[in-house]
Amino acid sequence: MSEPSTRGVPIELRKVTKAFPGGRAPAVQELDLTIAAGEIVVLVGPSGCGKTTTMRMINRLIEPTSGDILIDGRSSRDIDPDRLRRHIGYVIQQAGLFPHMTVASNIAQVPKLLGWDRRRIAERVDELLTLVGLEPSTFRDTFPRRLSGGQQQRVGVARALAADPPVLLMDEPFGALDPISRQRLQDELLRLQDDLSKTIVFVTHDIDEALKLGDHIAIMQRPGHIVQYARPAEILTNPADAYVEEFLGAGSSMRLLSLTKVGDIELDQVPYAAEDADAREVLAEMERDGRGYALVLDGMRRPLRWVTTAHLKGREGPVGTTGDEISGSIGRRKTLQDALEELLNADTDIVPVTGRHQAYEGALSLATVQNAIQSIKARERERRMLRLGREEGG
Amino acid sequence: MRNLSSDLSGRQPRQLPGMELRKRAERYFGFGAASSVTSWLMNLWEYVEDRWDLILFETAQHASMVAQCVLVAAVLGVLVGVATYRHPRMASLATSSAGVLFTVPSLALLGLMIPLLGLGVAPSVTAIVIYALLPIVRNTVVGLQGVDPLLVDAARGIGMSRRRTLARIELPLAWPVILTGIRVSTQLAMGIGAVAAYVSGPGLGEQIFSGLARLGGANAVNATLTGTIGVAVLALLFDACYVLLGRLTAPDGPLRRLVTRSAHV
Repeated sequence: MSEPSTRGVPIELRKVTKAFPGGRAPAVQELDLTIAAGEIVVLVGPSGCGKTTTMRMINRLIEPTSGDILIDGRSSRDIDPDRLRRHIGYVIQQAGLFPHMTVASNIAQVPKLLGWDRRRIAERVDELLTLVGLEPSTFRDTFPRRLSGGQQQRVGVARALAADPPVLLMDEPFGALDPISRQRLQDELLRLQDDLSKTIVFVTHDIDEALKLGDHIAIMQRPGHIVQYARPAEILTNPADAYVEEFLGAGSSMRLLSLTKVGDIELDQVPYAAEDADAREVLAEMERDGRGYALVLDGMRRPLRWVTTAHLKGREGPVGTTGDEISGSIGRRKTLQDALEELLNADTDIVPVTGRHQAYEGALSLATVQNAIQSIKARERERRMLRLGREEGG
Repeated sequence: MRNLSSDLSGRQPRQLPGMELRKRAERYFGFGAASSVTSWLMNLWEYVEDRWDLILFETAQHASMVAQCVLVAAVLGVLVGVATYRHPRMASLATSSAGVLFTVPSLALLGLMIPLLGLGVAPSVTAIVIYALLPIVRNTVVGLQGVDPLLVDAARGIGMSRRRTLARIELPLAWPVILTGIRVSTQLAMGIGAVAAYVSGPGLGEQIFSGLARLGGANAVNATLTGTIGVAVLALLFDACYVLLGRLTAPDGPLRRLVTRSAHV
């Protein structure tokens, strides 16, 4: 990015109520919600639960009946709605691109409203197209109808990011896409968020999408209130009530597998050595360890090869280039589900886990994953028992 | 041979009423004895050639009257449409009142205007504008209501004001429908413009009415035909202009392309 991007700001909803004229129950009732700066918060629930209404009140597309919404500590009531919206990115279902404008012109709308000069707008458009993975020279002058659904939504995200707003509102942005495009765009949103750290309010009715994207998830229930506001793992292991449990549906354990990062579980530690380590010392350590193998790392602590006792027996001097090259490694940010997949496809029973700069952090085997699953399950059972006890006691 | 002669003899008595009719028609329309199609066309051409300057002047007058009336009606109609399309009741009131005016026969409306506006340009222009309003109002309302609400929401959501949303999103998207309305109005105005000669309005109607007034007299049919054909040709020319305008203002048409290009270099 040519200039550092604006990071997210906190958003706070205080006792926000919205009653539509003619509606019996308010669409949103005294809702409190604190969103930390730079987080993705997902509002999830069945249709009519008030999640979209809640989101639209943040940029004042819907005016709250009562209550206050603070964006970076300022009440949104004090800001002119059009001005406010120019500093809040807005992404909607099916992208909502203007069909009579080119892709570039679509993205340029907010910068134009803000009075940027032409050259700055043109540079920004190209920068954003690159950011969302569309080749500027190919897509700049095309019309939205020539793009696939996924490409349209990429342009939609680029348009929302155009003026580098600290906050992004996304209303079921990937709802109309096919599963493959949806997954790809979800992954890219997470990748973008790693760099941009915007505050994102994301509305969906898909609990899996919520669990995947959300730093925090607000599960909403009709009419217009939040049942549980927590981190995804917390919601899976400790659903607030029967409604949340029902909403989560079956397969919570499998979901937990896809939510838990490799870095979050206890990893296996294997003996390791640098290429210039003394072979006899390494052999001695392997015998102490008892498993009979060790990992050879390069100068940057990146795993290179597995060596066994057979490789080193009778060898003098440094370990050198002996051993079998590793067939792959697992990044610590991978989910347990992905790790499991890689383990099942690997040549060896144990695969090294790497962290920053691909440096060695530990190792993963089927047994490690199994232990992790068991401990998560145990934790879940314990929590459920606790809750049941609480409910009976109360 | 027998057959032929009997045919001839058989045709003889039946020719009489036909001959009679033709003679009467010739007397009536002033065709003269040579009445084959070519000589008839020659006759018309002579008429046009003799009065070329006058006819050209009247055609230009007609075109200019129609163009100006449609322009006024377009501005008024789009304004009425824009003012009412968000309120279904107002919109239907606007279209239905324009519809009621539409049902009044043009000749009657023109006649009714004489006591109010006298003769000449004023009643003609007023009547044409009134008739031209309906298709434009209706199509503006329909066009604006047909814009995907999602797009309006997107425009408002990224911080466009109501007015800007209307100017940049809604009107451009409704434009093809509005243009169709204007096109229909133009065709209407062409016809009513001709009738306007009844109140001494300008244009080709003068030819038609003067011809009809002295039917049976010299050149009566030529005058009427010249007026009618002139209006038809003018209508076709205007229509061609609209097709061109529609192409030019299409989203990827040259006009808009020029605008977007210049904004993004």
